[in-house]
Amino acid sequence: MAKLTKEEVKHVAHLARLAITEEEAEKFAEQLGKITDFAEQLNELDTTNVEPTTHVLPLVNVLREDVAGQGLAREKMMLNVKEQEAGQVKVPSILD
Amino acid sequence: MTLFERSAHELQESLHKGEVTIADLTNEAFARIEALDGNVQSFLALNKEQATAQAAELDIVPFEERGPLFGMPIGVKDNIVTEGLETTCASKILEGFIPIYDATVVKKLREAGMVTVGKLNMDEFAMGSSNENSYYKVTKNPWNLEHVPGGSSGASAASVAAGEVPFSLGSDTGGSIRQPAAYCGVVGMKPTYGRVSRSGLVAFASSLDQIGPITRNVRDNALLLEAISGVDENDSTSANVPVPNYAAALNGDIKGLRIAVPKEFLGEGVGEAARQSVLDALEVLKGLGATVEEVSLPHSKYALAAYYILSSSEASSNLSRFDGIRYGFRAEGVKNLMELYKETRAQGFGDEVKRRIMLGTYSLSAGTYDAYYKKAQQVRTLIKEDYDKVFEDFDVIIGPTTPTPAFKIGENVNDPLTMYANDILTIPINLAGVPAISIPCGFENDLPLGLQIIGKHFDEETIYRTAYAYEQATDFHKKTPQIWEVK
Amino acid sequence: MNFETIIGLEVHVELKTESKIFSSSPNHFGAEPNTNTSVIDLGYPGVLPVLNKNVVDFAMRAALALNMEIEQETKFDRKNYFYPDNPKAYQISQFDKPIGKNGWIEIEVDGYKKRIGITRLHMEEDAGKLTHGDGYSLVDFNRQGTPLVEIVSEPDIRTPNEAYAYLEKLKSIIQYSGVSDVRMEEGSLRCDANISLRPYGQEKFGTKAELKNLNSFNFVRKGLEHEEVRQAEVLRAGGEIEQETRRFDEKTGKTILMRVKEGADDYRYFPEPDLVRLSIDDEWLERVKASIPELPDARKVRYESELGLTAYDAAVLVINKEISDFFDATVSAGADAKLAANWLMGDVSAYLNAEQKELKDTALTPENLAGMIKLISDGTISSKIAKKVFTELVVNGGEAGKIVKEKGLVQISDPAVILGFVTEVLDNDPKSVEDYKAGKDRAIKAMLGQIMKASKGQANPQLTNQILLEEIAKR
Repeated sequence: MAKLTKEEVKHVAHLARLAITEEEAEKFAEQLGKITDFAEQLNELDTTNVEPTTHVLPLVNVLREDVAGQGLAREKMMLNVKEQEAGQVKVPSILD
Repeated sequence: MTLFERSAHELQESLHKGEVTIADLTNEAFARIEALDGNVQSFLALNKEQATAQAAELDIVPFEERGPLFGMPIGVKDNIVTEGLETTCASKILEGFIPIYDATVVKKLREAGMVTVGKLNMDEFAMGSSNENSYYKVTKNPWNLEHVPGGSSGASAASVAAGEVPFSLGSDTGGSIRQPAAYCGVVGMKPTYGRVSRSGLVAFASSLDQIGPITRNVRDNALLLEAISGVDENDSTSANVPVPNYAAALNGDIKGLRIAVPKEFLGEGVGEAARQSVLDALEVLKGLGATVEEVSLPHSKYALAAYYILSSSEASSNLSRFDGIRYGFRAEGVKNLMELYKETRAQGFGDEVKRRIMLGTYSLSAGTYDAYYKKAQQVRTLIKEDYDKVFEDFDVIIGPTTPTPAFKIGENVNDPLTMYANDILTIPINLAGVPAISIPCGFENDLPLGLQIIGKHFDEETIYRTAYAYEQATDFHKKTPQIWEVK
Repeated sequence: MNFETIIGLEVHVELKTESKIFSSSPNHFGAEPNTNTSVIDLGYPGVLPVLNKNVVDFAMRAALALNMEIEQETKFDRKNYFYPDNPKAYQISQFDKPIGKNGWIEIEVDGYKKRIGITRLHMEEDAGKLTHGDGYSLVDFNRQGTPLVEIVSEPDIRTPNEAYAYLEKLKSIIQYSGVSDVRMEEGSLRCDANISLRPYGQEKFGTKAELKNLNSFNFVRKGLEHEEVRQAEVLRAGGEIEQETRRFDEKTGKTILMRVKEGADDYRYFPEPDLVRLSIDDEWLERVKASIPELPDARKVRYESELGLTAYDAAVLVINKEISDFFDATVSAGADAKLAANWLMGDVSAYLNAEQKELKDTALTPENLAGMIKLISDGTISSKIAKKVFTELVVNGGEAGKIVKEKGLVQISDPAVILGFVTEVLDNDPKSVEDYKAGKDRAIKAMLGQIMKASKGQANPQLTNQILLEEIAKR
């Protein structure tokens, strides 16, 4: 796999919602490139027909009964909110 | 001299005899912190007022209603949420964040009558192995203040090693309890995945994270694990497996114990002192009636790469919730939502965290998912099968916890790969989900070394039994750093 | 050039469980903003989801009602994207193993029947709700974590009318299966539409546009109709359709460009590590199968074969489960099926429409409606009088027989009394008699009207008609 380009790094930073400067893009391109190069060694292994592991334990069907509790008090849910209005959380306008 | 030289059992005796009170123990913790933490830099937040009030309440509880950890002070890693007590994960992005609920383990500590004295520093969001990645402070190794305590639970280990608290909780995603325990000369257990509830543990990598106890001796460790273990209705991945009385298994008897020593664990890159300390330890265990055989875990060398992809991928998703909207740091002076997101996260996260978020985001992208994420999950299967196979014939696997003792502060920071290499002995254990402990087993240049004992899924009992037998036969756990004597 | 229209529909349905999909917060519509949340819904650091068992049952029930296969070994995945109404910045959803797949429903539209394929049905959590202000937005997290199923159709739909019929049928089936209120006005049913055009005979699909903000089935139809015309115009002019998202504007009836899609969205799906696998054994599956009530198609067949309704009446009655259940209960209470059907589709529906009410908001019950219908059947009251009784029943309730007695509405079936009315009218209106004899049939209607008026509508219509004709013949 090719090294990450600066453009790729910027795209990834956008997906991850991280503001990034030119220098940072360059630095991350180099560092991530090293890590992905390192990750290349996984391709030495033939994993045809190997099941991927998401959970190490064979747990299935962990379910809760459909019983409703109380909602959080509004002041508690707002405790850490920086900006609010009319019982709602306020955010800047959404521009794509 | 400090009260915290004594084990929990000895402290209970002192309480029973009326020599000390729980208030004394709490005061001792705060006094030690005041005396030592200027140097060690373990604590991010102290819970003085509440802890003092709680101690007074606990002191009037009749002795027959008290368990073995009743009244014991404990420090909690700052990625475990504590209602009303600031929890930051050592990140700027959670500066000033006051949780509105308690982690399940924190509730369990309270049920056991333990007193939470404060929150412990760590690498930001548990990403790192030196505590240098904290936004707030760099915790020092009590054995040599120029060296790192390890990480990410560096301060959890350092605070216990310095005798600021007799107990602490850490979390372990790729070695984050065992490596600092080894570096600081204390006992640190990473339980089986699913043994301890993760509810209230701020997630780094959900499929790898486990909370575990750090203590100065094996018995205390066993007591604390028992107190925090068990299935939790708030964590779907916690297992409904009975929790044994671990301390009851500590009889020193390991006759017939079958020990496997993977050749990969004593190979290239492992320092001479670390290797020798493990070989010596194996001799001690053989002398106690165990058998030792060399085995192979052939996929070990791939663990690190698989770990980096899987843990970073999960982290990239887990850390997306830190967006400046509902809690934590929020960037000022932004024009619109996109800027709010990008600036909050760029200013709020440190470099190491950003690097992993980027790597994870990249690994999960549509074009790379199969080559990276899925491949890593498949390799994880192979690694787990390595362990399953060895455990068909053996009771425990033993090796060093780290290849070398604690490195100097600033030594490793610039090259991420070098730093990552430190995790190579510990990471496969998280991928396989098995439990493992680190206990003191020697010194190199007056810095501690750790012996790692790995067990089968949910067989922490055998690990403790082995560790205890070894501890009883050796003196390493009795040594304390010089700083211990301060005051 | 003529084009063939290809339509696919994505429908989101909120499940009416007691609690949310991954937390125990109440799952109720209409609470004060941000009062139905928990730390889990808010995506607080350290929280973990725990799956609500009823959500799985409901999703399976819906899937089975839509003739789908159940994926018995399934799981949840994370869909990653940032938005203020999405607190974790990922939505827990199902990616490559939806719980339901390969289903279909049959629609009947413009006189033909057609099967529309359903690709998949998957479980996921709903997001919070955003309100946009000037330069800011407000977030209410009450809806966050409401259980949803997303139902994706095959691109089998060819006309806006088919789309309408598909939605109506889908809504009806879901309503019957009992897993959702399917109220579009409360957002418990939401629909997005994909539409593309291709020249007849071409196999490859054209580029599609996605339509959003379709707040009623009618708007879906109108939006699609408008989009059909717009896309055809672009293509005929030699232009190309861009892959874009368009919003339906209710005021103008047009679709408006929201954004052009650049490549596929990268949601970075991966298996949700905080939840464990779902393994649905045959016993569980059978239990859910057994819990599915009679569905509209089966009910329609029963109405035709057992109750003798016409195919049309049966089809109309079963669309709305509330009405259909009411009908069944009315028949059970002893009413004649055809009369009950007529009343429900006629006066009852008209009343509900005019008053913008639902049956449950009225005083009408199957028992009192049946009581009234029985009075019609046995000749105690005429259909005309029944309308007066109905007005009373629907507003104030009560018992039909009692109302009839109290208000003196009993039908007059005594020939002597009726003859009195007839004679009076014939004496006073010789002109109409002449007209009738001169072949103007309408005249009889005028005379009947006068008689009914004189009798305050209580004269038995059949008997009156008969006596009137006899008396005219005598003159």
